[in-house]
Amino acid sequence: MRPMSQVAGLIAAALCLVAVPALADEPGPGGSKPPVPVSGEQVYTMVCQSCHMADGKGGVGAGSIPSLANNPKLKIAAYPISMVVNGRGAMPWFSDTLSAKQTAEVLTYVRTHFGNGYIKPVTEADVALIPATPRTASH
Amino acid sequence: MERTGHKTTRRQLLSAIGMLGGTAALYNMMTTLGHAAETQFTGPPNLSGARPGASVIVLGAGLAGMVAAYELTKAGYKVRVLEYQPRAGGRNWSLHGGDTYTELGGATQKVGFANGNYLNPGPWRIPHHHRTLLHYCKSFGVALEPFIQFNHNAYVHNTDAFGGKPQRFKALAADFEGNVAELLGKAIDLKGLDAEVTAEDRDRLKEALRNWGMLDHDMRYTKGLKSASHRGYDRPPGGGVNGAPTPSDLLPFDEVLKTGIWNNMAFFMNHEFQTTMFQPVGGMDQIGKAFAKQVQALITHNAKVTKISQDKKGVTVSYSDTGSGQISEAKADYCVCTIPLTVLSQLDNGLSPKMQAAVAAVPYSNSVKVGLEMKRRFWEEDASIYGGHSFTNQGISLISYPNNNFFKDGPAVLLGAFASGMGGYQLAGMTPEQRIEAVLEQGSVFHPESYRKEFMNGASVAWSRVPWALGCCARWTEETRKEHYQTLVSMDDRIVLAGEHASYVGCWMEGALLSSLDAISRLHKRALEA
Repeated sequence: MRPMSQVAGLIAAALCLVAVPALADEPGPGGSKPPVPVSGEQVYTMVCQSCHMADGKGGVGAGSIPSLANNPKLKIAAYPISMVVNGRGAMPWFSDTLSAKQTAEVLTYVRTHFGNGYIKPVTEADVALIPATPRTASH
Repeated sequence: MERTGHKTTRRQLLSAIGMLGGTAALYNMMTTLGHAAETQFTGPPNLSGARPGASVIVLGAGLAGMVAAYELTKAGYKVRVLEYQPRAGGRNWSLHGGDTYTELGGATQKVGFANGNYLNPGPWRIPHHHRTLLHYCKSFGVALEPFIQFNHNAYVHNTDAFGGKPQRFKALAADFEGNVAELLGKAIDLKGLDAEVTAEDRDRLKEALRNWGMLDHDMRYTKGLKSASHRGYDRPPGGGVNGAPTPSDLLPFDEVLKTGIWNNMAFFMNHEFQTTMFQPVGGMDQIGKAFAKQVQALITHNAKVTKISQDKKGVTVSYSDTGSGQISEAKADYCVCTIPLTVLSQLDNGLSPKMQAAVAAVPYSNSVKVGLEMKRRFWEEDASIYGGHSFTNQGISLISYPNNNFFKDGPAVLLGAFASGMGGYQLAGMTPEQRIEAVLEQGSVFHPESYRKEFMNGASVAWSRVPWALGCCARWTEETRKEHYQTLVSMDDRIVLAGEHASYVGCWMEGALLSSLDAISRLHKRALEA
């Protein structure tokens, strides 16, 4: 067995897998290390596409998922930044799962794809201007 | 009162209190005497005496909507239910062989499972203390069987430990506890706990550590029959000449720590995930079907609510037929609205600004479930795993083995993924075919010889793309609870919301039912007072 100090170090290293009290019917301790998207396109594919679809056009059922294609609401970057950081309605917040860099990258990507032509890149500084609403896990 | 010697037994005391003060007093007394309360359910609401002609419109034929319709009808209300889908049950849902499912974006899956096999895309396990749900299951004749929640023999896999090779839960848990026990014993011997614990308790604690951690005479966790009795044997006990067991090697403690095994151990200690758990025989949808059988005549299917309005006289709901597009109106004195918040927040809903703010403040989670039909039960036949979950830190989170038809030949469906968070988004963004490939790839770590070889077909549900839910279940935070919860559950003039989102048992069927029973009890009171 290793000395205590080394063991303590290992425990600290493993603490990234923090046990959070289970609230909903959730998978439990698994799934803690999915691949991490880096580029704007990767963030779009691995996160946004789950609702807004590969073509950015969203969908319509009992309610609808807004289309990002040819969307004038993307013109002022603060609006989509606020939506990604804090969410609203059916749109979840991503302040605790996407970094400012990932948020900037994906918004730059969306604003220059799907028929959108807002070529000025969104920066981490732009994202930092929108404060994240505090979110503490709850029942 | 009978007495045993001079001491009144606890049971006698409780029974006397029960006779004196009724069940409520008994319940309170049990709580104060240290029996933790299991549920807020004290029985069905037994509403009665609705005013003649009084009416309620229920929006949504999930469990919350159907229990409202059932109980309000019994109370004497004229009830109608509008449901978007051709099927009742809402998120209480199973996909069986022959079913077709089209998600948002248009991808359609024809489920190819053999007869009797199914995937529960939403709820799949029922805690023993979800008494409301269990009450209605019993009342409506839904057969339940055990859901194998905790299986010591299933695997735990972590890409950062043991070179990515899965280990049995029992071995990891035993080695974790054994090593922790040994370390604590050393801390006691080094007088590290002298300030915390009396000498007498130190002795008791050492004895506890020895027995709990399977330590040897020297308070060491070592390879031997003692540790093997928890972690498993190299050669298990047998009969005859080679009957004597031989112990198994311990795993390196640093690798055990890297797996984060304590997270798995703690998971099973959560109140909602403690055994015994149940599932309906034949698929979770048996519950929705049983409810629907009670209220079928009240339900209008394929009705997409387009507008809700209310005034001094009542509630008016406009809806379009999802097939013909024809617009109709329904009127009632009151409305129980169980439409998911994701959808309700987009509707012209007739709610007060404060209520609308509450509705818009709670987005939904995003889990993905994938069912994989395999030619044979290789997890049972080759790995001695009967039900339960094998966990991984990959996006799929776990695979879960079927809890029924043990030892049977022929195809069986296992759960190939229960992904949430980022892992869930990644699977949801894929086509159904890509999802199957991804979960086969990840799940193969547990059963590399068989996983792809025995695979026949699969089906997946990504909740963010479910057309009538746009998500899995409500994600409350401490902050939104504080700011919006009481508003969300209040009666907004003639409309009251119900569903798991209006409960503290979020994401569980129990929450949907408890929320609905509370909502209709208040609605009934209000209607009698009007």
